[in-house]
Amino acid sequence: MIRKLFKFHGGVHPEPHKSESATAAIRPAPMPSELVVPLRQSTRAAARCIVEVGQHVLKGQRIGEAEGKLGTAVHAPTSGEVIAIGDHPMAHPSGLTAPAVHIRPDGLDQWIDLTPFDYDANDRISMLANLRDAGIVGMGGAAFPSHIKLGTGIGIETLVINGAECEPWITCDDRLMRERGNAVIDGAAILAEVIGARRVLIGIEDNKPEAVESMRKAVAEARPALPMDVIAVPSLYPAGGEKQLIRVLTGIEIPHGKLGGEFGVQCFNTGTAHAVHRAVRFGEPLVSRIVTLTGNADTPGNYEVLVGTPIQHLLPLMGPRPDTDRFLLGGPMMGFALTDLSVPIVKGSNCIIAASPTLFPPPPAELPCIRCGECARACPAELQPFELYWFSRSRNFGKAQEYHLFDCIECGCCSYVCPSHIPLVDYYRFAKSEIWARERESAAADQARDRFEFRNYRQEREKTEKAAKLAAKAAETKAKLAETEGVDNKVQVADGSEDPKKALIAAALARAKQQKAAIKPANTDNLPPEAEAEIAEIEARRQKALGGSEPKPLGVLTTDNNGGEDKQS
Amino acid sequence: MIHSPYVRKPASVRAVMGQVLLALLPGVAIYAWIVGAGILVNLAIATVVALAAEAFVLRLRKRPLAPALGDLSAVVTAWLVVLCFPLIVPWWVTTIGVLVAIVAVKHLYGGLGQNPFNPAMVAYCCIIIAYPSLMAQWPPAGELDFQTQLNLIMGGAREIDAVTGATALDAMRTGLRVGEANVAVILEQNAFGAIGGRGYEWIPLGYIIGGLFLLARGIITWHMPVAFISALAAISGALWLVNPDQFASPLFHLATGGAMLAAFFIITDPVSGATTPLGKIIFAAGIGILAYLIRSFGAFPEGIAFAVLLMNMCVPLIDLKTQPAVFGQKRSRVP
Amino acid sequence: MLTALLVMAGIAVVLGAALGYASIRFKVEGDPLVDKIDAILPQTQCGQCGYPGCKPYAQAIANGEADINQCPPGGEEGIRHLADLLGREFKPLSEEHGIEKPKSVAFIDEQTCIGCTLCIQACPVDAIVGAAKQMHTVVEPLCTGCELCLAPCPVDCITMEPVVETVETWKWKYPVIEIRQTA
Repeated sequence: MIRKLFKFHGGVHPEPHKSESATAAIRPAPMPSELVVPLRQSTRAAARCIVEVGQHVLKGQRIGEAEGKLGTAVHAPTSGEVIAIGDHPMAHPSGLTAPAVHIRPDGLDQWIDLTPFDYDANDRISMLANLRDAGIVGMGGAAFPSHIKLGTGIGIETLVINGAECEPWITCDDRLMRERGNAVIDGAAILAEVIGARRVLIGIEDNKPEAVESMRKAVAEARPALPMDVIAVPSLYPAGGEKQLIRVLTGIEIPHGKLGGEFGVQCFNTGTAHAVHRAVRFGEPLVSRIVTLTGNADTPGNYEVLVGTPIQHLLPLMGPRPDTDRFLLGGPMMGFALTDLSVPIVKGSNCIIAASPTLFPPPPAELPCIRCGECARACPAELQPFELYWFSRSRNFGKAQEYHLFDCIECGCCSYVCPSHIPLVDYYRFAKSEIWARERESAAADQARDRFEFRNYRQEREKTEKAAKLAAKAAETKAKLAETEGVDNKVQVADGSEDPKKALIAAALARAKQQKAAIKPANTDNLPPEAEAEIAEIEARRQKALGGSEPKPLGVLTTDNNGGEDKQS
Repeated sequence: MIHSPYVRKPASVRAVMGQVLLALLPGVAIYAWIVGAGILVNLAIATVVALAAEAFVLRLRKRPLAPALGDLSAVVTAWLVVLCFPLIVPWWVTTIGVLVAIVAVKHLYGGLGQNPFNPAMVAYCCIIIAYPSLMAQWPPAGELDFQTQLNLIMGGAREIDAVTGATALDAMRTGLRVGEANVAVILEQNAFGAIGGRGYEWIPLGYIIGGLFLLARGIITWHMPVAFISALAAISGALWLVNPDQFASPLFHLATGGAMLAAFFIITDPVSGATTPLGKIIFAAGIGILAYLIRSFGAFPEGIAFAVLLMNMCVPLIDLKTQPAVFGQKRSRVP
Repeated sequence: MLTALLVMAGIAVVLGAALGYASIRFKVEGDPLVDKIDAILPQTQCGQCGYPGCKPYAQAIANGEADINQCPPGGEEGIRHLADLLGREFKPLSEEHGIEKPKSVAFIDEQTCIGCTLCIQACPVDAIVGAAKQMHTVVEPLCTGCELCLAPCPVDCITMEPVVETVETWKWKYPVIEIRQTA
């Protein structure tokens, strides 16, 4: 059957460079001497650490608990000892650090007890929780939590499995589909069932005929309950972009800011399908992935790498040639140059490319934009990139947003074709992060304004309340005074307006005195001896801290009052 | 620090401009063959002046010379200026024209990519206003030998009324303005060939060949040539059908003057033109209609230059109002 | 002559009435200028400008009592925005009001804090929690870095810590244009 495929606007044909790494089978990467597992697997969310330094962990044991809406769990990739928990450079273009768990492998690679997940005996909610706790995220690069994408399980007609792998050089999905097609198909079937899809479309770029063949064979063997089609799509970067692939296969265009679910279609990467298969059928959490090692190297190939393996440990496997000047993480179109080679592999790392000046020459000098429109013809988001460039360059961010800056997927097609060699995407990244920063700032300013105004209002209110209280008290005292004086000396009340005031002040003074006397001992009264000792200790420490500069470990001290607006006592 | 993408298509401004020059060659060759080889002398003068002016201004602006000189954009401008001028304008007219285009129109507005107006067209307008008589002397095709052409270009005495004449457009306009003659009678004059100016009518063929080359190479898109030619043909055709005695045929309008040069080389200048697909169509169609109106009812025989400048002014508005829908904004459901 | 006068007078009356009606019908509540200025100010509420908070300073600018260069936390960018809004010339930050510093938040050394609540009372945005004789602590996301808590502290246990960049707040830099001198 010849299926009707759709086109997306633009796209480019960079040199594929797939053959370098696609020929050899997937091999396991050797165990490094130390694994650094970032608790923050993407910029979106960080897991909460649940292990301690010195603790022995087993392979697959949870070391980070999912936290927040977009959180997923993180697991120990092998058995061994936690030797440190601290900041470590992250797989991010900034090269900034994030908290990570350092594990020294014990060499046994001993799994925890694994129990397959029985979907028939459980419901959707527990299935999603299971996937979250197995740490399943999108393995195409974005590392978006899969259980969020699986959503409500209502209204999804089509499940798209993304095996397009359109970026040059990367072949990890290609090898995965060739070698473990059955597992990918099984994972796809599980995903389809959980999401309630009625058909599965598996899109693979037509430059991977072996993968298409292998997947077709796997589908034939699996005899899935619902129609599954393996479709070769034309090789055109970025056909592997989620929205682009959905467009090609189904004709549906998902606008910016919308999720596929609203349009009855959802998309998962082949690697994700494979991870789901392992998690459900074997109970294995996501602790390893396939990474392509390629580029300016003697022995490029694909390796099964434990999450947390420092990249420098992997480099000898591909044998970078002497003129290699930097390493790229991800593909050449959207990846970034690593600033630090101790950065660990995370769940979204698909490829490491050894780069040399001959393979990836520095761009020629930037020339002025001549508005030739080449970028607009290449843009898969159908933007006018040169307009965005003018606005971003002049920091006219409002205008840039009007021209749909945030629809830009940063695929790099515009920079790729620009005859003036302008780093267009850099300008969009700059503008986007600048806009985000401003939004954060203005949100903080609004919050500060609100809190300031509320505080002023509260102080005003307290003042009036106090005045009212005083007035009430005064009236009361006056009445009392009148009563008592009525008995003692009726004459004075009748004509003396001075004396009640004096009496009031005197009464207040007396009351204050009494209160002081009552309060002072109140705090130390009825205290157990331990508490008294503690108070003495604190006093001593305070004295010491005030006097000497001796450094002290920070004690964990809590305040008992940390909520609500009225924090003042 | 260099960020992704780390690979680039081997494209450059130089390659784009080089291909535009290449595409001009068929037209230039026919020009030189049929009308006179003097055009080559003018092209050479203009090229030298353009590069010298570019280098001078870049030096003044303290910008690196090599990338800007090497991108060939100044040469394209210079050639377009020359191809709009009569064959035998003196060298200093060519020089002034090129200087206006490069110094005033391009660099005073900030250099390549910044000029809101088409440099060649501003140069044409300036010169035709400043030296209307020199700009009216078009030698009949093949009637001046190369020596005479060279002599005239080098500033020789211009007692040549006997050998130069008006262009076909000029003759048509003057003829119709006199009011007694009709189109058919005028077309029998010496200045006219089968469809346009005698001899000159073949040059557009060369431009069409070059234009098709540019289209095939993806340097220009179909929008502008198609919209311009259609608009010019439509408005001239409509009036011609109403009164064929008083209005020349669409074919005449397309084959004379700079219509084909404009269609493929002048209005397609990306810097000063509209950029969105719909905007390009509006822009080019506007030029076609304005050019016809100026030709038929205005003070100048050729109206394309003024039409281009008028439409250049409208470009920001056209672009603003014709922004295409982005991905997902027009067909969000299954089509 | 008389007709002309009558016509002109008629037009004057009609237009006057229309303008008068419009000024009532489309009357703007409050002073939008103050709000616009206030929106530019950083809301640090530090009082370095000499006014008790950002809103009063905005009011003062709108009334022409204060200059636009008295806000150190807003910095040069803030002055530029104010200059744009008010159509005035940009001028550098006035030194008597302070200098522009990197954004910081207050940090209370809990070993030293005696729980006097003075900082709590000083904080303009209620970003410090704690009670009398109890440890105080700064709620970091709420702190504007105004430094108003530093002075009242009797034991000098509050320090200003610069805000560190994280992957969430990290920004892509403006692309550097290399003009390679090949000539």
